[in-house]
Amino acid sequence: MTTDHAAHTAADIDRHVRVYITVFVALMALTIVTVAISRVHLPIHLAVTLALLVAIVKGSLVACYFMHLISEKKLIYAVLLLTVAFFVVLLAVPAITHSNGFWIHE
Amino acid sequence: MDIPYTVEIRRDTGLTNGKIGIWLFLASEVMLFGALFASYILIRTGAPSWPRGDTILNVPLATFNTLVLISSSVTMVMAWASLMRGRFGTFRLYLGTTIVLGFVFLVVKYFEYSHKFHDDLFPSTNNFLAIYFTLTGLHMLHVLGGMAVNAYLLGPGSKLWKTNPAWFTNRVENSGLFWHFVDLVWIFLFPTLYLL
Repeated sequence: MTTDHAAHTAADIDRHVRVYITVFVALMALTIVTVAISRVHLPIHLAVTLALLVAIVKGSLVACYFMHLISEKKLIYAVLLLTVAFFVVLLAVPAITHSNGFWIHE
Repeated sequence: MDIPYTVEIRRDTGLTNGKIGIWLFLASEVMLFGALFASYILIRTGAPSWPRGDTILNVPLATFNTLVLISSSVTMVMAWASLMRGRFGTFRLYLGTTIVLGFVFLVVKYFEYSHKFHDDLFPSTNNFLAIYFTLTGLHMLHVLGGMAVNAYLLGPGSKLWKTNPAWFTNRVENSGLFWHFVDLVWIFLFPTLYLL
């Protein structure tokens, strides 16, 4: 019988724990960075870009290390790829509508 | 009849059924929050003017809550790591802390909401508050759901550790995946609603 647990040795778990702590510190620091950026009162486009960029980095750290996506099976990647594709379409619809702008100024 | 593939890995998927199940559920959750984020973009870009979140909402409290939720993600993953090391006592400590941190998050949110209602700011007041209460309200329900599952795993559900530790560890991992997702959603909600 093959199990998930058989693949992890004690040394592996110790290494994981060290990574978790490093990621935790990075997430805390990036939260402060997010708030600091908002205090600078940048132009809205730049502020949105920077805030989302930091959020994407933070989100990726959580997904890759806490959710173990960095070493996951192919099927989960396939499911997530499909999800991301639909998610992008979902967010693109209002963006495209906005760029046409026909309904906004009616 | 026993539930198949709770511990052993299915040859065709390379995963346990619980693992693929929770990821499919999380995929549906991405679409749920995605629809609301798309609504947010639509409402915001269509509005003649839009308030900066920090002129209406309490940024220091939300920053504190962000740090609380990130900390709870770490304690959650440490709870799983403790089980992988066979340390049940440490697991209980970490999972208990995760639940307490979730509770702290909800208490802070309670104060935030109370303050808004006291100032006559309701979801019906304007579009900004409508989307704010919808997104944060749905997120709070997820925090509550995660806390309920974690409380079960800390309480009656923990009996499984004695009979089938590998299955119990997988359950904690799957519950953790949900909890991290809740953290991940907040990581995007925080700048979107409070700072921009």
